[in-house]
Amino acid sequence: MELSASESSLSCEGRGIIVTKNIVIRLIRVVTLLIGLSILTFSLIHLSPMDPINAYIGGDSSATPEQIEKLKVYWGLDKSPVEQYFSWAGALLQGDFGTSKLYRSPVIDIIQSRFITSLALMGTAWILSGVIGYLLGMTAAMNRGKLIDKIIKWYSFTLVSTPIFWMGLILLIVFAVWLKWFPVGLAVPAGVLESDVRFIDRIHHFVLPALTLSVLGVANVAMHTREKMIDTLNTEYIVFAKARGESKWEIFKNHGFRNSIIPAITLQFAYFGELFGGSMLAEQVFAYPGLGSTLTTAGLKGDLPLMVGIILISSLFVFAGNLIADILNKVVDPRMRREV
Amino acid sequence: MLHIQEGLNERKKMLLLLAFSAGFIFVILILSFWLSNDNLRLGAGSKNLAPSLDHLFGTDWLGRDMFTRTIKGMRLSLAVGAFASLLSILIAIVMGICAATFGEAVDAIISWIIDLFIGMPHLVFMVLICFIAGGGIHGIVLGVCLTHWTALARVVRSEVLQIKSAEYIQISKSYGKSAWYIARKHIMPSIFPQIMIGFLLMFPHVILHEAALTFLGFGLSPQTPAIGIILSEAISHISTGKWWLVVFPGMLLVVVVKSFDSIGEKIRILVEPSSSNE
Repeated sequence: MELSASESSLSCEGRGIIVTKNIVIRLIRVVTLLIGLSILTFSLIHLSPMDPINAYIGGDSSATPEQIEKLKVYWGLDKSPVEQYFSWAGALLQGDFGTSKLYRSPVIDIIQSRFITSLALMGTAWILSGVIGYLLGMTAAMNRGKLIDKIIKWYSFTLVSTPIFWMGLILLIVFAVWLKWFPVGLAVPAGVLESDVRFIDRIHHFVLPALTLSVLGVANVAMHTREKMIDTLNTEYIVFAKARGESKWEIFKNHGFRNSIIPAITLQFAYFGELFGGSMLAEQVFAYPGLGSTLTTAGLKGDLPLMVGIILISSLFVFAGNLIADILNKVVDPRMRREV
Repeated sequence: MLHIQEGLNERKKMLLLLAFSAGFIFVILILSFWLSNDNLRLGAGSKNLAPSLDHLFGTDWLGRDMFTRTIKGMRLSLAVGAFASLLSILIAIVMGICAATFGEAVDAIISWIIDLFIGMPHLVFMVLICFIAGGGIHGIVLGVCLTHWTALARVVRSEVLQIKSAEYIQISKSYGKSAWYIARKHIMPSIFPQIMIGFLLMFPHVILHEAALTFLGFGLSPQTPAIGIILSEAISHISTGKWWLVVFPGMLLVVVVKSFDSIGEKIRILVEPSSSNE
């Protein structure tokens, strides 16, 4: 008796160590991936046929050769690529992302100011699409083969093929042009000082882009939850539960929820990359001043430091999402824990 | 008996849908060559017309026929999509086979690279690659094909790993066949269906991403008929109520993408009969 109790506590402890070890391994992997990412970005820029000096001074031909020489020394372009990489990466680690030539201010400041607006947009869409998608998928699975299941399935499959910017434009036509419920773009009314913007105005300009992002994000979770739930409903213990006379709600509460919530949350975390891409497009449609539209502008106007800054920050964000998904999937799920 | 009959019907229905989707895309391709460029000339008398029998999708603010523009834009999307998907699949095959055949170290490196490419937000990297390639169609193709190969590479890897340990490969080896012979005669034929399906399922994604990139303004000049450009130009005309500039081109894009998606899905199910009952 005593022996078995101590044995089980030992194995519990052992499992805890394994879990921690797994998380540490994954963290190290993410760090190597981030280093790889920075090397990849650096080499892409380095390989490009563009001359960084030319890109910096633009069409300004008044720059003298001495000035160009000075710039080269200033940026360390006379050193080897490896040395350049290390000085660049070192600066990045200290939070120095360089200066945006479009806005004439440090990249990190621009990113900070845009990050909150983007975060509000993506966060809302992330939560809304997750919750609604989960509920839709669940409803479809519980009513498999019925009309509502077919509608949800059709809706999700169609949404997967729908470009987000088109969806945004359609919502814009319906709600802003026809119904005149919402303004046609910009996060704040034009010609009003930042401090005078009322909260309600912000909400007013925020609804449509958030709605666009949420409507499309639903499909993925809904389809996945539906599959997962159908798998669960086909198991023998569900048949047994039905035979015991459990109602649909009880089956959902006792069996369905536990089996399907972790995969759904995992999926939502792994969805960060798509979410960021989607918000780039939604921000462009609604002229919403977040990170995405700033990146688009930077890309179109050739503002390399700003571009690289946003790319690295957004990748960090996506890597974090993937890491959380991975940990949830492989480590937290009690069934997986035993296998790792 | 009844059950079998039903199964057949399901299969037939699927083939029918498949034929319909393929036919639809074929018609768009034919139309894109058949419609003359004259319809794109600026016409003073036919500006801003709402959809009618003469102009199915209406005309824009320069008097260009939107139906012609959309169909020609679709052809460009399909061409770019096909080319980028092919390149992407080549990368996937090479990566997948290398990972499965050259031992654990290479496998670990390739799986790390795949993780790296999955971790990056795709659209963001496409923008970077487009910018670095200096715009143009080649920027789009490069950007798209470098970001879409990962899922298929994983599939190829696991398929090859599975086949490699099969008995007939061992026998073939013991008969002294070369690695190249085995790869060509045994491995390629059995992973080909997977690759084909991978291609068809990748295609709609590629088209959507291509449209997104051109919508954001990367790559193509504004004169090129491309769905993304048509839609981004339409933004400034939305507030004056010209809904047809947005609704129809986008709808055609959705239908084409959905057709490809269903072709890929249907073929996948037909090729893997074990799952065709689902």
